Amino acid sequence: MRLEPRAHIPLWLSLAAPVAAVALAFACCALLIVWAGAPVVAAYEALLRGAFGSVFAVTETLTRAAPLIFTGLAAAVAFRAKLWNIGAEGQLYAGALAATWIGTGMVTLPPLLMVPLLFLAGALAGGLLLLVPAILKLKLRVDEVVTTLLLNFIVILFVNYLVFGPWKDPLSMGWPQAAPIIEEGILDPLVPRMRLHAGFLWAVGLAVFTWAFIRFSRWGFQIRAVGHNPEAAAFAGLPVGATVLRTALLSGGLAGMAGVCEVAGAKGYLTLDISPGFGYTGIAVAMLAGLHPLGVVAAAIFVAAIYNGADAMSRAMSISNYLADVLTATALLLVLASVLFVRFRPRLR
Amino acid sequence: MPEAIEPAPAGTAPRTVLRLAGITKRFGGLTANDAVSLELRGGEILALLGENGAGKTTLMSILFGHYVADAGSIEAFGRRLPAGSPRAAIAAGIGMVHQHFTLGENLSVLDNIVLGTEPLWAPVQNRAKARKKVAELAEHFGLAVDPRRLVRDLSVGERQRIEILKALYRGARILVLDEPTAVLAPKEVEALFATLKAMVAEGLSVIFISHKLNEVMAVADRVAVLRQGKLVAELPIAEADRHSLAQAMVGRPVTPPARDALAPGEVVMQMAGVSVHGAEGRPLLDELHLLLYGREILGIAGVSGNGQGALAALLSGQRLPDDGYFELLGETVAKTSPAAMQRRGVGRVPEDRHALGVIGDLPVEENLILEASGDPRFCRFGLLRGGAIRRHARALIERFDIRGADPTTRTRALSGGNMQKVILARVLSAGPRVILANQPTRGLDVGAAAKVQEFLYAARAAGAGIVLLSEDLEELLQVCDRIAVLYRGRLSPPVPAEEADLATLGLLMSGQGAFEDDRRRPGHAA
Repeated sequence: MRLEPRAHIPLWLSLAAPVAAVALAFACCALLIVWAGAPVVAAYEALLRGAFGSVFAVTETLTRAAPLIFTGLAAAVAFRAKLWNIGAEGQLYAGALAATWIGTGMVTLPPLLMVPLLFLAGALAGGLLLLVPAILKLKLRVDEVVTTLLLNFIVILFVNYLVFGPWKDPLSMGWPQAAPIIEEGILDPLVPRMRLHAGFLWAVGLAVFTWAFIRFSRWGFQIRAVGHNPEAAAFAGLPVGATVLRTALLSGGLAGMAGVCEVAGAKGYLTLDISPGFGYTGIAVAMLAGLHPLGVVAAAIFVAAIYNGADAMSRAMSISNYLADVLTATALLLVLASVLFVRFRPRLR
Repeated sequence: MPEAIEPAPAGTAPRTVLRLAGITKRFGGLTANDAVSLELRGGEILALLGENGAGKTTLMSILFGHYVADAGSIEAFGRRLPAGSPRAAIAAGIGMVHQHFTLGENLSVLDNIVLGTEPLWAPVQNRAKARKKVAELAEHFGLAVDPRRLVRDLSVGERQRIEILKALYRGARILVLDEPTAVLAPKEVEALFATLKAMVAEGLSVIFISHKLNEVMAVADRVAVLRQGKLVAELPIAEADRHSLAQAMVGRPVTPPARDALAPGEVVMQMAGVSVHGAEGRPLLDELHLLLYGREILGIAGVSGNGQGALAALLSGQRLPDDGYFELLGETVAKTSPAAMQRRGVGRVPEDRHALGVIGDLPVEENLILEASGDPRFCRFGLLRGGAIRRHARALIERFDIRGADPTTRTRALSGGNMQKVILARVLSAGPRVILANQPTRGLDVGAAAKVQEFLYAARAAGAGIVLLSEDLEELLQVCDRIAVLYRGRLSPPVPAEEADLATLGLLMSGQGAFEDDRRRPGHAA
């Protein structure tokens, strides 16, 4: 088989390729299910039902997708500008911290103002946290992969200290958690008696905003230009340093909002387990989406569905729910490989 | 292999070593090669001449197995070459030196040459034997290079020699060189030609891809001309002349754009005693004195690496002089940045189109506003005005004759000449009063180079002062009003182009001649 570059890439192909890759991922993982001794069709049926089979399943999937959209956007924006932000996890906790600090009684406003205030505070906290590595990168050429990654541990250990210490809720029966967010700051549920909350709408709205920002705004144009060729951008007089800092604020801000989404939405208060690695999974989400902000929404829902569905499958079939990790990883690898077939035409000779 | 080299049998007709028959290759709607048939004989240099995009490189990529032809066949030494296999091409004795080298920078010369010829799992590698063979080949063909050095420390000319050695080491009897002189200084070109002639004297055959007529005339035995994928001429060099070849290449009579005589305007740029120091304290520019007038093109001749980079950096806004007085349009340059230079009215055409000139992954329309993204014509309330940007791009594509591009084409997909037109369109449409044009026609074909010159003339007529850095003396003599030579950071006094001649400039370029200072100029400070 040979590969030849395609002169034009049809739209249907760039949409069909990831779908085919995902289908192939399911086929590959079927082998693992067989190995685990469960019937494949029934297992996948359980997975599908767990992800989308009822109102409860759908809302749970979307609830889980919301923070992934935020962290996926954070990674997509940063990676577009070649700012390797591996610190979305820490920025998420920073956002959660800020929301908790402001939202547990320090300020009381009507809900229409309180919720945006919490998101703003979370975005600021996340953005400022990423600004530090970005400045170090610009001024001292410190590798941001290392600094953003290590900042995660610092922030999480700081949250640890707070919820075990000064911020520990006296009414929590001894659990390490902060006081709940006040009523006015809580994200409204979207479906009665379900956990799905307005944070999901915020996430989708910000995905659209981010897409439009990158595509239509001057600053977004500069992010793309600097990401593709920083030397040429600098030669053309574009503000490369300022662009990197703006990207850091945007990316960190989006990750910070993921923290607000969890503290004011899904949980209602700050604990140490508000994120099962949303920050890191966000990187996979962004890569699955080809760094496209609207694609991030679809990719986040997909990943959330896999994780939720795998939980259901593991209960029904007694297969380990680690299969979700394997499925996501396989899908990611295959989607990345499928990019090759979008850009090149395979030919048998 | 050297021991396999047999001299061409004397007195017999040279036999055909390579036969391309009816090669056709399409990329989507574009026919890159259209039923091209070509023969190469033993012991000859065949020049493959053509403009950028004529299909020269595609044809050679098919020969070397990078592409598979849609139709046609290839025979090497009487045996049919399987399609799409570089390995088979190498085994058949075909060696390729690409325009962009394929060397591992972190490996030694010897490692690079041997790489891929040894089994990966061999417990012991016989380096002594390999070193001896490389030394023999290098000696034999005048390709001197120290096998122990790391490739990243080598000059471009040396790297090219390694590429040739690599092909010879693999037993190449047919060597294909893709635009080998594009990156070389005049002296290195001579050395390369000597090597090629030594090789054909041994019975090897060479295909020399070029778009430079004078080189083809100088080195080739036969020439084949490609135009728009078709073979339009094939003749012995003895029967060829520059004019008819140029016409065959372009497909129409080539007339250099007319240059009107213009009286120079006021001084637009002034340098007095300007020095720039390099990293090791070595001066990159040494007490430069220079005046640039409006409505003139001032040519700076010289082999690359003699201070052109520093001079370009000053005018591009990438650095300030360490010493001396630098004035643009009547204002002292005390602070600088690329954006500040744009505001002052300096248009900058960088030397490296791909690295600095355009952002290849962005569409043409966005590259055309790269320096003007904040202009109210293209941006309102921080949002880009898509409609205006598209119309702007359409107008410039039309005005600057950017071919194969619509506003949304990825700039990377354009040929070198059209990419250069994108840069010129962007720079010149801003109405600059001082223009830095750094090697603007390097690597361009005749037609595109003529266009670039035409655009520079138009800017000159509009009142701009243009600094043209080039290694091509003939071009400078044709295009410029005045010419100066840069050698080791020192600038010779500019002379009017009518009074300059190739021989004197050539001597100055190699450091022989007068470099006295040009201090009789007004406006001295320091």
